Amino acid sequence: MLYREVGQYKTSYAADMAIFPILQDRIGLAAILLIAFVVIPLVGHDFLLNTVMIPFLIFTLAAIGLNLLTGYTGLLSLGTGGFMGVGAYACLKLTTIFPHVNIVIWVLASGLFSAAVGVLFGLPSLRIKGFYLAVATLAAQFFLEWCFIRIPWLYNYSVSGAIEVPLRTLMGIPVTGPTATSLTRYLIVLSIVVVMTWVASNLVHGRIGRTWMAVRDMDLAAELVGIRLLRAKLLAFAVSSFYCGVAGAMMVFLWYGGAEAEVFAIDQSFLVLFMVIIGGLGTLTGSFFGAALIYILPIVLREIPAALGLPVHPSTVEQLTFVIVGVLIIVFLALEPNGLARLWQIGKQKLRVWPFPY
Amino acid sequence: MDILYKIFIDPFVQMGTAPDLLVQTLWDGLVAGVLYALIALGFVLIFKASGVFNFAQGIMVVFAALTLVGLHEHGVPAFVALGLTVLVMLVLAVGVERLMLRPLVNQSSIILFMATFGLTYFLIGAGQIVFGGSPKVMIASDLFLPSGAIEFKGLGGFVSLQKIDIAAVIIASVMVGVLAVFFQRTRIGRALRAVADSHQAALSVGISLEQIWVIVWFAAGVVAIATGILWGARSEVSFALQIIALKALPVLVLGGLTSIPGAIVGGLIIGIGEKLGEFYWGPLLGGGIENWLAYVIALGVLVFRPQGLFGEKIIERI
Repeated sequence: MLYREVGQYKTSYAADMAIFPILQDRIGLAAILLIAFVVIPLVGHDFLLNTVMIPFLIFTLAAIGLNLLTGYTGLLSLGTGGFMGVGAYACLKLTTIFPHVNIVIWVLASGLFSAAVGVLFGLPSLRIKGFYLAVATLAAQFFLEWCFIRIPWLYNYSVSGAIEVPLRTLMGIPVTGPTATSLTRYLIVLSIVVVMTWVASNLVHGRIGRTWMAVRDMDLAAELVGIRLLRAKLLAFAVSSFYCGVAGAMMVFLWYGGAEAEVFAIDQSFLVLFMVIIGGLGTLTGSFFGAALIYILPIVLREIPAALGLPVHPSTVEQLTFVIVGVLIIVFLALEPNGLARLWQIGKQKLRVWPFPY
Repeated sequence: MDILYKIFIDPFVQMGTAPDLLVQTLWDGLVAGVLYALIALGFVLIFKASGVFNFAQGIMVVFAALTLVGLHEHGVPAFVALGLTVLVMLVLAVGVERLMLRPLVNQSSIILFMATFGLTYFLIGAGQIVFGGSPKVMIASDLFLPSGAIEFKGLGGFVSLQKIDIAAVIIASVMVGVLAVFFQRTRIGRALRAVADSHQAALSVGISLEQIWVIVWFAAGVVAIATGILWGARSEVSFALQIIALKALPVLVLGGLTSIPGAIVGGLIIGIGEKLGEFYWGPLLGGGIENWLAYVIALGVLVFRPQGLFGEKIIERI
């Protein structure tokens, strides 16, 4: 009833091709942004911000990055963790060498380093395809991981071998380091994620995105209609790694506040891949849904027994979480292989024609 | 110049002056390679027949080994436990086919790949609930697997071969031989190859896909039991073992995803290459290069042969 585009006439091509052509969608988006920027900071306490929102947003950004590569360009990558690590270590080195430059600039700039590494390891994608490529990107993952451990220069020769995040301020307010409040960090992460999602949305709806999708659907045919594969694939690797790099830098600087190389291990790559596939390959909304499901679900599951007052041992809960998440992955895939984003679309369509079946 | 000398000359000089160390390293590499090949074999079996890139093979190895040890701990005699474990793997194969593959039939390969992740999670959780998370000791002696070492004098020193390693090489060779005969000579083997060639064509001549899938998953389960016993006897049975699945991936793509001989040759190349690299060139880079050398070797080969050494040539048509 409420969700219907009747009477919303378009008078220009641009209005017709808008990403949110329906008024209700625009209102919904505005409401979500309002909640994220105003309501959550007002009501949110440290647990919500630190344990739920900040990691959720960071994983979303990483998932968007991988989605650009895997979902839009069709190149399966298992090196996400490594690329995120490059971002984090680049950010650390940059802020150590130039401590007076704004940390937010360095978080974004560290993505460039990760993009360069991504292009380097993306080169074989011109010849190698499918699962073969996935294993080739594992070379990047393990090589980078090894670098993080074996090259002390990367972590400033700290004794523990871990990244120690220094205190950095933005207009006098501490942003990173132990004294930064979770609220400041949340707002910065949120702003970066919103802006970068907007950029990604424009990328995939424009010429570049269409090139990528043509490559995904069939690279040979794409080449025949005049798309330069070298450029398209390497650009996808660069942009994707840029996003992952920024996500990695934010993860260490704005979430953990210090991290070891294990944070960027292969598990992280798999986790982000889950998010992309469960959310929906080739959809940006899917990255949000996927990150929410894969990251927040275990947190909720862990809280359930305690909330119900069931005397279950924490390790049992942990194991049960594994079982439940595993089953849910299979169930979701069987229900809707195109991911949560597709379920969302179906839901919206049903709402539009309600109360009629079609 | 010094660095070039260290890279190109020094390792070979070392090989020449201490042949016993070279032989020892080669043997270690051979054993590692054979074990990688065993895991890769499990992958190849499933990939050939159902097009599923089965990430759960690693956890299946752990699960099989844990079942075996767990049953033995409850007082079941070793060989009865082994039989029961085979039964468990059969149940698992049927379950996977019914509950996972059937609802996902005709989906793209990345979705099926993802589903095997779901299976991995499930087995990790279930395995920990049933058997506990602590490492266990493989019941090697109860299964009449030898222990101890044989030492050879000569070559200007001595070479020591673990008896369990010799047993591993023999068992692995026998398994590969049996599987090869099974694939080439039996009715079911022919049906499997038909399914691998084309699902549709196989269906149309009356081969039951469901049955074939159960059979390959079961065969992969049996391979997993063997792998679990051998790996478990060399170290211990714990969930950390599942990362060996990641080690099998470069072996797999190096040999070609669809080729059984490829899995074996790939395993040997990676195993020996890795050990030689770590032993002779590793110190130059500060050690630990074993972790990524295999992937880089695989990457290098793939750039020249995108389908792996023995894979079917990838033909693309518009």
